[in-house]
Amino acid sequence: MATVSMRGVRKSYGGALEVIQGIDMEIADGEFIVIVGPSGCGKSTLLRMVAGLEKITGGEIAIDSRVVNNLEPKDRDIAMVFQNYALYPHMSVYENMSYGLRIRGMSKTEIDERVKRAAGILEIGQYLDRKPRQLSGGQRQRVAMGRAIVREPKAFLFDEPLSNLDAKLRVQMRVEIKKLQRQLGVTSIYVTHDQVEAMTMADRLIVMNKGVAEQIGTPIEVYAAPSTLFVAGFIGSPAMNFLETRVSSDGRLAIDGAALSPKTGLDPGRAVTVGIRPEHLATGGGLDVQVELVELLGADTLVHGRLSDGKSLVVRLPGNQVPTAGDRLPVQAYDGAWHLFDTETGKRLGTA
Amino acid sequence: MEKRVTFDEKTLPYLLVLPQIVITLVFFFWPSAQMIWQSMLLEDAFGGNTRFVWFENFAHLFQDPAYYRSAAITAVFSGAVAVLGLALSLLLAVMADRVIKGATAYKAFLVWPYAVAPAVVGVLWGFLFNPSVGIVAWALRNLFGYEFNYVLNGGQALVLVVFAAVWSQISYNFLFFLAGLQSIPRSLIEAAAIDGAGPGRRFWTIIFPLLSPTGFFLLVVNVIYAFFGTFGVVDALTKGGPAKATEILVFKVYNDGFRGQDLGGSAAQSAILMAIVILLTVVQFRFIERKVHY
Ligand SMILES: Nc1ncnc2c1ncn2[C@@H]1O[C@H](COP(=O)(O)OP(=O)(O)O)[C@@H](O)[C@H]1O
Ligand SMILES: [Mg+2]
Repeated sequence: MATVSMRGVRKSYGGALEVIQGIDMEIADGEFIVIVGPSGCGKSTLLRMVAGLEKITGGEIAIDSRVVNNLEPKDRDIAMVFQNYALYPHMSVYENMSYGLRIRGMSKTEIDERVKRAAGILEIGQYLDRKPRQLSGGQRQRVAMGRAIVREPKAFLFDEPLSNLDAKLRVQMRVEIKKLQRQLGVTSIYVTHDQVEAMTMADRLIVMNKGVAEQIGTPIEVYAAPSTLFVAGFIGSPAMNFLETRVSSDGRLAIDGAALSPKTGLDPGRAVTVGIRPEHLATGGGLDVQVELVELLGADTLVHGRLSDGKSLVVRLPGNQVPTAGDRLPVQAYDGAWHLFDTETGKRLGTA
Repeated sequence: MEKRVTFDEKTLPYLLVLPQIVITLVFFFWPSAQMIWQSMLLEDAFGGNTRFVWFENFAHLFQDPAYYRSAAITAVFSGAVAVLGLALSLLLAVMADRVIKGATAYKAFLVWPYAVAPAVVGVLWGFLFNPSVGIVAWALRNLFGYEFNYVLNGGQALVLVVFAAVWSQISYNFLFFLAGLQSIPRSLIEAAAIDGAGPGRRFWTIIFPLLSPTGFFLLVVNVIYAFFGTFGVVDALTKGGPAKATEILVFKVYNDGFRGQDLGGSAAQSAILMAIVILLTVVQFRFIERKVHY
């Protein structure tokens, strides 16, 4: 158990482009941090720098206030779970789990005790003699977890550990990993591209884009007040609606002609993007939506439509409200549900 | 249930495998049968009379100290060729696996020796180590004060043919080892590093066991190579000499048969060699069936 600090962490491969462009983050003892972002944004690279699998080009990483920049992975006292599990194929489950302990010269009885205990927690006790190839994907995933927890490390690192599982198992393992982490209280950094995983598992999350941490905060903070257009579009499903507009001469924002005019204190003429989440819209009100497509999800109905000025809009309605394609649907937004962003910089301006 | 493509056609499959069968019959079974027939014949010294003698040629062989000496030389020679060849090529492959820049060129250079015909390999090494004009022999004598004369010294001659044979085979082993190394996922090595294993332990506990099927396959291939494929090297370098110090079994077959005109004895030796190869191949298939998936 430990704290992890990243101070101005940078990474470039051979000069040209910076893959990680200065990340600052203080992770508290026992915290579950999720790094989330689209593929190629540098999540794995950042995690691998914490693990010691990639050299740190600039800045500092400290585990328990000891700078680890120049330490080998084995001296950092961390454990990692890989996307492909990385189980040693020629070793039994027992040998896989005890490998790191044997290297550390732990006594046979203590190794046995730890492996049995971890196997008990993960319910893989009856597979200890099997080879990884004789296990299903979910069982391999558990063994990989087991190999991490027997070490009782200062921190767990996860790199998309659930990506290779089917949807149902993924939900189940998500809950189990979170529970396990609560139970053990080990500081964890978890990388995923899946925003649902990020929202459900994280104490705090780092939303990354192109090597930059766009926002760091609790899932609710990030959802309620996304600090950039990117975060607003990435977190939340279905994605937030964006409508580009300009501040009118009287300092108000015009949306859908003049149908709705949130008041703000912005300079006239400024380009502003207005965001609204589909779940923050309801029927009845000033926006006039021409329904184009209706998706029935059972509990909800997703309505894809257009405003009178041609901009597209997605509205989430309760499952018992089912408009027909071609209908005109009057729509209104909840109070304070509008997010305003500067169109040029993408920065958050506030709500309306 | 395994799915297979099946043909209703009855004759087509036989037609398709016919060329293979014909080739095997003409170039393998027929000569082998002739050899076995030959191994039971005894010809008098002038080539006039031929008698059928059952296993007399074999009995002779097993009482001949020269045959045992040749067998011992072969054992030492093939052991050395296989062990050295595998160890050196594994070392090269491990190093090549780490090369990132210019990897293709590096690999291409390492593969070249395989393109050199065995007889040329022999000539080349003979030239380098030639006692009077060879540059390596000269260097050994003048820089290290070591007299290297494979033409007179049997031990040195054996060392030289071992090295020439290894050099010629190393590229082949290298390619297999490199492919084997590259098929080991990087994350396995990384997981071991995080588990606390240093480079040496990672090699011996992860990489080496995962390469062992490749290694075993190569071991058999190399032993067979040392038994047969090295004929050209030996012929061009030492012709089995000096004083039969490098006369491996396959060379003795040739010496006795074509120089000594003892066709029956030579054929009997061939039959024994063939039995050894068949045995090795069977062992290999047995082992691979069991062991190829770890
Ligand atoms: N070894 C490498 N050499 C050069 N570029 C790399 C290397 N590894 C990753 N990158 C680049 O760094 C960026 C981030 O990669 P990565 O951290 O794997 O992304 P993510 O895990 O978020 O999908 C990508 O654009 C990728 O192309
Ligand atoms: Mg990744």
